[in-house]
Parts: sequence; structure tokens; C-alpha cells
Amino acid sequence: MSHIAELPLWASVLVSIFLLIGAGLTLIGSFGFYRLGSFYDRLHAPTLGTSWGAAAILIASMICFSVLQSRPVFHELLIGIFITITTPVTLMLLGRAALYRDRAEGNPEVPAMDPPKGVIEPGAAQE
Amino acid sequence: MSRVFPYPLLIASLVTMWLLLTSFSLGQFIVGLAVALVAAQGMAALHPSKPRLRRWDLIGKLVVTVLYDIVRSNIDVARILLQGSRRPNTSGFMTIPLELRDPTALALLAVILTATPGTAWLDYNASRGTLLLHVFDLVDEETWYELIKTRYEHLLMEIFE
Repeated sequence: MSHIAELPLWASVLVSIFLLIGAGLTLIGSFGFYRLGSFYDRLHAPTLGTSWGAAAILIASMICFSVLQSRPVFHELLIGIFITITTPVTLMLLGRAALYRDRAEGNPEVPAMDPPKGVIEPGAAQE
Repeated sequence: MSRVFPYPLLIASLVTMWLLLTSFSLGQFIVGLAVALVAAQGMAALHPSKPRLRRWDLIGKLVVTVLYDIVRSNIDVARILLQGSRRPNTSGFMTIPLELRDPTALALLAVILTATPGTAWLDYNASRGTLLLHVFDLVDEETWYELIKTRYEHLLMEIFE
């Protein structure tokens, strides 16, 4: 059921813009994931894809199908909500596993277990 | 009332989700409500800590703040990634003492910080109330500290505590 040709011009432009933003952010995120060196840096790159990368593609989908079916289509919101509340689970699991291992190995780049109460530690900024 | 509707917010969300996935009609509403009520009974049997929302009116403000910050940090992180290896690495760890104690509010803060590119929640020390973060662009530690303390924690404390 491809009725894409029926999509009015303004909608096609909007859908394309959002798709490009979403796909572009996801691509940049994946590229960063490949390029970055340390594990903790790599935690940050894919969040581009799971935040506005996904959101922009979902917005494009909502606009496209709302216009095509002449009724508001919102169920993409659920995808967005579930991505947002489930990503932290895996991200924290991976981050904490890496932290646990680094601490067990005594890696000096990782902050120790219990910093003094109420102190903002200077970041262990790497060169 | 509270025995039939133990988690009004959960029931409302489940019914909305059901309607979004099927169609907006009376029949689907009744089926969705039945499913939601059973699910809420199951939830009640687990006895999770019940979050108390004190300030409903501030939730909208929180959502707008978070969405705006996610857009901004998306642009920031994308720019850093595109600069490639010409740019020195500025990521690092930082520890933030939190006054927030409500488990639901802490979970929400974890979701916000993780969903926002550039900050990753790594460890929370419950006895001291300190949070260990990994920040992608840790040039000015004070800015991040202020952002989390005043922008999020303050708002979350007003909503939940």
C-alpha cells in the first residue's frame, strides 16, 4: 500500500527534513561509537541515536501517516517512550559493569569506590 | 476506591497505550480498562514503593526543560564527534552530592541524565547520596554541577518531596 505519491509537497518536505535529521544524528552517533577510544566515551555516542535520532524519525513517521490517512496517528509516541525508558537500563548495566571491572583491576583512570562526602571531585580528565 | 484503582496513573497510561495501539472506540476502551485493572492488581501484589506527586503543575515544566536540554546536548555532542581527532579529549568523571532521596525521583533523574547525550549515570552511592557521572565534555565542571543541581534536582525535589 504505497501511496507516497499522494503526499502533498509541504508534508514531503517536512518528512524528509525530519528523516534526514534523524538518520544524520544516528549516523554521527554510530561514527562516534566507532571512532572514540575509551569505553566510557563510547557510552555517549549511541545516545544520539536513541534520543533525537529516534525522535526525528518517529516525528517524520507521524507526519507522513497522519497526512496519508487523514487522521492523527500517534502510536509512534509509544516507541519513543519505551526507547527512552529502556535505554538507561542497558546503558547503566554496561557502564557499571565496566566500572566494577576497572575498580577491581585498580585502573587509575577510574575514581575509587568512596570519595569523601560532599566533595566535588576534579574530573579524572585524560590528557 | 484505592483497592479497585490501586495505581490510577498506571491504569490511565495502560488504557491510553491500549487505545493508541488499537483504535479509539468504546469497545476497545472497555477491553483496555479490563487489562489495565488486572495489571494494576498484579502491580499492587508486588508492593512497590508508591511515589507521591506533590506538584503536578511542575511536570510540564520538567518535560519542556528536559526536551530542550536533549536537543541542545544532541547538537553539542554531534559537533564534538564531527570535529574528530583534531579536538583534545575532554571527557571525565565527576561526583555530585545529591539531596534527592525519593527512589522514583532518582530513577527519573537517571533516565533524564542517560537519555541526554553527553552525560552517563554510572554509580549512585545510597548511603552517602553521591552520584558518579561520566561527562563527555567536561570543560567546565561548575556548569554541569549547576545544571544537575538547580535545573533537575531542585525541580524533582519540588515535585516528589
